[in-house]
Amino acid sequence: MSGFKTLQGKAAAMDRANVDTDQIIPKQFLKRIEKTGFGKYLFYDWRYTKEGLPNPAFELNKMENQGASILIANENFGCGSSREHAPWALGDYGFKVIIAPSFADIFHQNCLKNGLLPITLPAETVEYLLERAQKPPYDLKVDLQNGIVEDEYNFSASFTINEYWKKMLINGWDEIEITLQLESSILSFEEKRFAVQ
Amino acid sequence: MGKSIIDKIWEKHVVHREEGKPDLMYIDLHLVHEVTSPQAFSGLRMKSRKVRRPDKTFATVDHNVPTDNRKVINDPVALNQMTTLEKNCLEFGIPLAGLDSPEQGIVHVIGPELGLTQPGMTIVCGDSHTSTHGAFGSIAFGIGTSEVEHVLATQTLWQSKPKTLKLEINGELKKGVTAKDVILYIIAKNGIGFGTGHIIEYCGDTIAKMSMEERMTICNMSIEGGAKAGLVSPDEKTFEYLQGRKYAPKGDGFANAVGNWRELVSDHDAQYDKTIQIDAADIAPMVSWGTNPSMTSKVNEQIPKLEECKNDLEQKSLSRALEYMGLQEGQKIEDIQIQHVFIGSCTNSRLEDLKLAAEVIRGKKVHPNVRALVVPGSQQVKKQAEADGLDLIFKQAGFEWRESGCSMCLSMNNDIVPNGEHCASTSNRNFEGRQGSGARTHLVSPLMAAAAAIYGHFVDVGALLSAETVH
Ligand code: SF4
Repeated sequence: MSGFKTLQGKAAAMDRANVDTDQIIPKQFLKRIEKTGFGKYLFYDWRYTKEGLPNPAFELNKMENQGASILIANENFGCGSSREHAPWALGDYGFKVIIAPSFADIFHQNCLKNGLLPITLPAETVEYLLERAQKPPYDLKVDLQNGIVEDEYNFSASFTINEYWKKMLINGWDEIEITLQLESSILSFEEKRFAVQ
Repeated sequence: MGKSIIDKIWEKHVVHREEGKPDLMYIDLHLVHEVTSPQAFSGLRMKSRKVRRPDKTFATVDHNVPTDNRKVINDPVALNQMTTLEKNCLEFGIPLAGLDSPEQGIVHVIGPELGLTQPGMTIVCGDSHTSTHGAFGSIAFGIGTSEVEHVLATQTLWQSKPKTLKLEINGELKKGVTAKDVILYIIAKNGIGFGTGHIIEYCGDTIAKMSMEERMTICNMSIEGGAKAGLVSPDEKTFEYLQGRKYAPKGDGFANAVGNWRELVSDHDAQYDKTIQIDAADIAPMVSWGTNPSMTSKVNEQIPKLEECKNDLEQKSLSRALEYMGLQEGQKIEDIQIQHVFIGSCTNSRLEDLKLAAEVIRGKKVHPNVRALVVPGSQQVKKQAEADGLDLIFKQAGFEWRESGCSMCLSMNNDIVPNGEHCASTSNRNFEGRQGSGARTHLVSPLMAAAAAIYGHFVDVGALLSAETVH
């Protein structure tokens, strides 16, 4: 996993509440045993018509939204199933940052583990961003190190993210490697916990 | 100040704590299934890592499995996923209840059934309905595939402690109202995100009176309210359920364990971050009419009107949902016509659920416009139900009687609801496309599903049962 500190990119708006992971990546694509290549199935049922053609009414199919790396979404984004295929698909499609007023817990966690940055901002702020992004092209700059989102119209908002996850994202660390360094703590925990009671 | 069961279990599992970091938590039980694990095993292999505690790991196949003929699996991609799990379990030494095992079933049904699930444990699985196991007084939650890999390699997880929510339900449930209606009512009333960032402790005399299976139904859908997990403090019913189960402690070990489990119960003066009170008497049989579980009403109510929405976002969601569902604002719930009935899923596929449904169905016929199926949660449930003659009641009424698996809960196998048709389903998610592209799901209890199968539309099963007792 590669890390990142700042990102400048095109923002696309998806003004829907409670977008669930069944929508992000429908179950018919969960049978694959790889982590890659899910981007083409992202939002499949919304993105394509019954005939399998791109649905012109779907936000992300608009010409101006092609190549977007930042997704502006609405409340409770990523609710439902724990499938990590959802962030895999978003990342594979090209998104690096998702901004929303709130995220579902497991999805939020899954994003962080896959180098996808979930940014929580107040609802009014997200509303502003949604409005702007609905009139593309609209670019945003995300500074992960300092926790700042900015546009070219003097908008700036700060966000917080747990320091631990920030370090992980910036450095692209392997979490298992870090935990394995605590092997002796795990061992002594096990000795205590499973001592004959 | 007293402690809640959540605090007690959490504190017992911290392996490493450091300022500015989440806690490193020990995991007592890791359940594995075919869909969210292959990439985790590949990750281990790539780095030549081992599974740290295969003895605390247990696998089964459930999501993909055919429920009609198990001998022939026509979908090569699904088959590959199942055989991949088999190979992984063999290579890493993990016990597996495979397709031919009498212990196979939905992962959240077999955990408790085998006594793997025990009070005081931390339990994870690459599946959001892991919250089911909380019914036994454990902290059980769903994780993603990266975390599955992390647990396989280290038997631990980095976790920030969630907030705590006390959800107290008191009073008598009305006739025809089941545990499923209770949790649907809670979500409808408090919204799909009310539990986000929290672990819920369900308590109160209504919960105390419930059986273990009913508590599982409640805890199962905690995630549908956004909660990380949901649990119930263990009591005599919990211990009685576990005694004699295959993986439960035996003999003196069991008595010792019960002693420890009793200490887990929340203290009277325990503090919580949030409290919600529910009056059981307010609850009626519930039916979801929209595209998320909070879009649910009482069976004798109507679908809300656009003008009743609190804000623009809510109005947009409502009109989108109605369009997808092919329903009208203000329409009576009882007027919704049903073409499919699915009794199954980790929410409602246990023996008690099947018994409830069978009572409504006994001696009746499935409506000619309806195709109905029952999918028991596990091979053990199926066997027991057959020993009790339930399969005959269903079959004589015109239900299909199937092998165990997730089936039409997420329709990864070929149990699919066709585009535009309505299904009364005892599962837990009514998201767009969940039961098939364009499928229209209505979440209900096993009683309500059974009644809908007979009438071809929703009926108030409370009234139905009262009428039957009078005659
Ligand atoms: S029955 Fe449904 S909700 Fe439960 S584990 Fe299977 S797919 Fe998930």
